[in-house]
Amino acid sequence: MKPFTLKLRQEPPQRVDLSILTPDRLAGLSPAQIEKIDIGVTKFSTKVGDIFEILPGDLKNLRYEGGSSRFDLIGAKLLPDFSIHVDGDVGAQLGRLAHGGRITVAGSAGAYAASGNLGAEIEIAGDAGDYLAAPLAGELSGMAGGRVIIHGSVGSRAGDRLRRGVIVIEGSSGEDLGSRLIAGTIVALGETLGRVGYLNKRGSLILAQCKDFGPTYLDCGAHQLTYIGLLSRSLASVSSSAARLLSGKLRRYGGDTSVYGKGEILTPMEG
Amino acid sequence: MPELIRNGVRIDDSFAEAFPMSGTGILITGPNAKWARQAAQTMTGFATSVIGCGCEAGIDYEVPPEETPDGRPGVRALLFAMSSKDAEKQLVNRLGQCVLTCPGSAVYSTVPGEFEIKVGDAVRQFGDKWQMSKVVEGRRYWRVPVMDGEFFCEGKVGLTKKSVGGGNLLVMGADWDSTMRATEAGVAAVQSVRDAIAPFPGGIVRSGSKVGSKYKGMGASTNDAYCPTLRGVTQSALDEDIGCVLEIVIDGLTDAAVSAAMRAGLKAIIDMGPEQGAKRIGAGNYGGKLGPFHYHLKELLP
Repeated sequence: MKPFTLKLRQEPPQRVDLSILTPDRLAGLSPAQIEKIDIGVTKFSTKVGDIFEILPGDLKNLRYEGGSSRFDLIGAKLLPDFSIHVDGDVGAQLGRLAHGGRITVAGSAGAYAASGNLGAEIEIAGDAGDYLAAPLAGELSGMAGGRVIIHGSVGSRAGDRLRRGVIVIEGSSGEDLGSRLIAGTIVALGETLGRVGYLNKRGSLILAQCKDFGPTYLDCGAHQLTYIGLLSRSLASVSSSAARLLSGKLRRYGGDTSVYGKGEILTPMEG
Repeated sequence: MPELIRNGVRIDDSFAEAFPMSGTGILITGPNAKWARQAAQTMTGFATSVIGCGCEAGIDYEVPPEETPDGRPGVRALLFAMSSKDAEKQLVNRLGQCVLTCPGSAVYSTVPGEFEIKVGDAVRQFGDKWQMSKVVEGRRYWRVPVMDGEFFCEGKVGLTKKSVGGGNLLVMGADWDSTMRATEAGVAAVQSVRDAIAPFPGGIVRSGSKVGSKYKGMGASTNDAYCPTLRGVTQSALDEDIGCVLEIVIDGLTDAAVSAAMRAGLKAIIDMGPEQGAKRIGAGNYGGKLGPFHYHLKELLP
């Protein structure tokens, strides 16, 4: 069956909140009813029908034909077994607090993508903005489950306060990757800037490129870890380069000893 | 009793009487097949019968590296007990004493059962707060630092109450050598069936028991009706040409696995024929009133 499709008519005149357009929340609504939903975030009204042409189909799979960097909160609170695909860019807070399911973006995402993700698989072909998988201001923890794959680069503070789950960044990362990690795993294949793993409590940062991690990360030697083998096989289907990085021995730097210090940075041997 | 004969081997019109058990299974991987096997062998040692060992356990099959979660050679071991509480206690103890201690080992759940046993969630405390939890594809694992690196263990292991214990075949032959030949062939066939194990030494038990004893307080004693040395002096079940009886006991995760294993064992023993192997095959039961699972030999014949 064809996916339920939202075909872009025109670029929205303002940022739009698309959190209502998830399969479970659209169930039982007719196309006419959906077109009347207000998605604007200012005093001016913008309705679904103004921006999208609706092509009904299987609601389990939602498809956006055409994207925009003004499309905020796509796939927010998405439930397991549903999927959303965006053929274009998306705005901020993609997959915010998603419980499960799968979100794929052919373009790039704005800030706070996968923020507070609880179990969804989120894959972005392009770049992601600042605060990937991070908590919003005032929240105590960031992503708490699921998997995020970024084939491009990410902005600063990616994986901030990550609590659970796996993040793979194939491109370069902005400043302070994996800051305040609580737990979870981040794999970064490209260049990293600034303080990596700053205030890391129990998280694992796996970096393809070694650098000076400062005096609070302590060398624990090179090891072949079973967990890394499992992760390598788990990532083989989504990121072959990540799987390759994880196939050998990695040098373990324990830290950040300025805080709880049970976390680690793992890099290839020659690093 | 109308006699059933297949390839010259007499088949009793009898049935194996089996009981519901709580079953669980884990996949143990190691840096190489030798050490994966070692961990599984140690964990399933002293686990022939629930009566004295608390559980019945054995190796189900070996898993090639391509099929294990971490890409290392693995062995799948099954463990059965009379209650889920017993199964949990036995698995956690055996994991802690036999698998955690075995160099290079890692543990994964392989039984999608209705219940879960917290194994890693118990063993993790060995890590003295250095342990790390990791969730990959929705499954929680523990990394516990040990002297050869890390012990990697899944947090929970599935447990099913739909398991069956006590499928059996009584292999009767002229002498020890020919009976053993037939029984070994039967065990090899039983072991090739997945989700089933034969927990006794080499899959074979020679001390089959009956219910009750002449001594007070003994629940079970030697099955004199099947002891060849007592053939003339007791109410014997043995014919004149039988000089040795060996039994294969089978536990399986499902009713289907036990019947498939019995079917495979029967075929192998029958195929060998009465000259080389067994002259007669029977099955042990308690009259059919105790166990809900009945495996009639005539329905399992090749």
